[in-house]
Amino acid sequence: MSKRVAITGMGIVSSIGMNVEETRSSLLSSQTGISTIENIDTRLKDSIFVGEIKKTNLELAALLNLPEVNKFSRTSMMGALAAKEALENAGIDSESSTRLGFINSTTVGGMDTTERYYREFSESEENRRYIEILDTGSNTQLIAEQLHIKGFVTTISTACSSAANAIMMGARMIETGRLDQVVVGGMDALCKFTMNGFNTLMILSDAYNQPFDNNRKGLNLGEGAAYLVLESEASMKARGKQALAYLAGYANANDAFHQTASSDNGEGAFLAMKGALEISGLSLKDIDYVNVHGTATPNNDLSEGRAMMRLFDGENIPPFSSTKPFTGHTLAAAASVEAVFSIIALQEGVIYPNLNFENKMEEFDLTPVTELKKKELAVIMSNSFGFGGNCSSLIFCKA
Amino acid sequence: MGLEEIAQVLYFVKLKEMNKCFINGVGCVSAQQTTEEGFLINPIDYLESNMIDVVKPEYKAFIPPAAIRRMSSSVKNSVVASQLAINEAGIKDVAAIITGTGLGCIGDSEKFLNKLIDDNEEYLTPTSFIQSTHNTVAGQIALGLQCKSYNLTYVNGGASFPSALLDGLMKIQEGENGVLVGGMDELSSVTNQLYQKVHHYKQRDEIHGNILHERSKGCVPSEGAAFFVLENEKKENSYAELIDVTYVNELDKGGVSTFLNSFLKQNNVEMNDLDLIVLGNNGDVDYDTFYDEVESLTPSISKVYFKHVFGEFMTSNAIGLWVASNILKTNSIPEVLLKDKTQNSPKELKRILFYNQYRGKDHSLILLQNV
Amino acid sequence: MEELKKELKEKLIEALNLEDLTPDDISDDEALFGEGLGLDSIDALELIIILDKDYGIKLTDSKDGKKIFETVETMATFIKENRTK
Repeated sequence: MSKRVAITGMGIVSSIGMNVEETRSSLLSSQTGISTIENIDTRLKDSIFVGEIKKTNLELAALLNLPEVNKFSRTSMMGALAAKEALENAGIDSESSTRLGFINSTTVGGMDTTERYYREFSESEENRRYIEILDTGSNTQLIAEQLHIKGFVTTISTACSSAANAIMMGARMIETGRLDQVVVGGMDALCKFTMNGFNTLMILSDAYNQPFDNNRKGLNLGEGAAYLVLESEASMKARGKQALAYLAGYANANDAFHQTASSDNGEGAFLAMKGALEISGLSLKDIDYVNVHGTATPNNDLSEGRAMMRLFDGENIPPFSSTKPFTGHTLAAAASVEAVFSIIALQEGVIYPNLNFENKMEEFDLTPVTELKKKELAVIMSNSFGFGGNCSSLIFCKA
Repeated sequence: MGLEEIAQVLYFVKLKEMNKCFINGVGCVSAQQTTEEGFLINPIDYLESNMIDVVKPEYKAFIPPAAIRRMSSSVKNSVVASQLAINEAGIKDVAAIITGTGLGCIGDSEKFLNKLIDDNEEYLTPTSFIQSTHNTVAGQIALGLQCKSYNLTYVNGGASFPSALLDGLMKIQEGENGVLVGGMDELSSVTNQLYQKVHHYKQRDEIHGNILHERSKGCVPSEGAAFFVLENEKKENSYAELIDVTYVNELDKGGVSTFLNSFLKQNNVEMNDLDLIVLGNNGDVDYDTFYDEVESLTPSISKVYFKHVFGEFMTSNAIGLWVASNILKTNSIPEVLLKDKTQNSPKELKRILFYNQYRGKDHSLILLQNV
Repeated sequence: MEELKKELKEKLIEALNLEDLTPDDISDDEALFGEGLGLDSIDALELIIILDKDYGIKLTDSKDGKKIFETVETMATFIKENRTK
């Protein structure tokens, strides 16, 4: 079994838990985090369901012990919480590490704050400090300061595949010896900009999302942040640490079909999954479970389904499910949220249910796992596909 | 030997075994006439300006009219710059498209946000939302080229372009060939005003002459796009060999020296081996001091500057690389890039180091060698 | 109806950023999507918003748009029959 990069820590916040243990508990009891919006006053309040973290910005700031006057957006606070947990979980003292990096990802960045104060900025000085976080990088820098990381610090933004690409780049930095340890993942909070943006594309559902269901109506947005700590074998052994799991394969490909829609035959998705498999040196039959992107939009599930049929040659498609009915679609964070889910699945030996599923799609014979299933797992494939045709696939294997 | 030292040695050994990386095509849309032949032959004077737009190329020559209508400045400039780079390198297949942008398509973000607020979340349309996603430039280039390969976008202030460039360099070292790397940013009205309010950008009355000599708070903002084709073989029209690139989010006081020295050591280069240093001075009184540190470390090495000619933006280091590449290819330094026109030119132009930072963060170093 | 058609052409040019065109350049029965003016699915969503915001017609299924948005003529006819503003 080929093992590429060790994963020695993880951290997560989402609508199903404020840390790894709460998340584990929710997953193992099939407890969804989807509900109606409480924290944001939006015109869409009564027409959509979301995976919202039931904590106000003040509560998040308190958890981080932030001073009353700070520059953190809701997104960055989530990012800081999850990233801190990952580092603690890995047992790393960042101030004494010199080859520790941070590869973040986000689509919202500071926008949840920008949209609130946009018109105020020119009138009053009171909240002008938030102008300093207009750009994505400044949000990542605030988190790097919380984590005491000085070094390779950067941010990737490729829509819904962002965190997968951050994980991939982190792995390559470890493999080429540029870093010994790296915190990788993503963060995105709910905000009006995003909710309305998706609403204009008419891909939001007014009910609980039903991935791979014939009557699926669209996605539920979610918010959250999740990070892994990737580490070189040498560094891990030197500090006597064990891996939680391994990142065995990864790939990114482009659909090059349309700015937002996926191609009919799922070319980008197919190339990404195939590429990840090739890098891992594993074969199709080694994959025990696929955590699909499964956003429950008519377009994604059809495209992804076709890609899976092509990859697995129409037969022997491994058990699969989408966990977006648990958390909603957490956008940039999705791939790292689902990476944490995959590692928990490897640890616990479970396949998660594709909640809300009723009828399989008429286009092909694909039925996801619908009840929590106990099964020894060695290899999990996790997909994340974003706007701009950006398709990424990751393969995790048991430690 | 400590773990860190072992790692450094192994890294260096690996580097030697890996593929070399050459810049074989460039394209640049900027405040200067950079889409035409010639290297800063008749530079436009911006010494009185507090904000600089690009010199617009003939977009229709590169982009079908039906497509232009939806494109922001960054997208249009990037399509042109990337096309110029690809044409020059003469490549058919692009193995990866990697971009860096500080603010992304901020114009479309503004459009969508303004409508969102003005119409109270009603009557919104998707176009500006879709165009505002940060990876729209890379996505649209891929669409245009029907390129299904690796496609990444970095959005981290002054580290956006170095991140993209390092990723591209790693791709070549990992065995890929024909990698397109670019940096781009655009000016936009609301954002300009906001940054002026917090003195990131200079006000009109704060311009007192050449920013290389007169410093005040903030910079003179501009926009542009610069793209590069990286390949693993030297060609007749190669610009330079890209030896290495690195970046760090912040440095302690006096840390510039360590940053420079360890980067050079890592690449088996002595300070005296450098023939020229390109610096990103932008006239900001608070942060140009970092460049002063480099000057005092390297008194006998010639320096060139470019932001008094091109303006400043988070990915202006892409323009800096364009400048450095052209210096090596033409084996000449346009006079406008010198602080002091009487300074002696270096005897030969073999190795160039480019140092940049943005508002005291995101320090980057790029090392180039002639071919 | 003629005035409505001219108004529609002006709205098309503005909303879809068809900078190089004037209303006279768009004929009433020219195909808007595919061949002809060359609009696509993202433009369709913009047209749906125009129907709502300017004429008070709510289209809930974007697939209905295909017939309605075939030409300026078909658009104008539909609006004339269904407008509430």
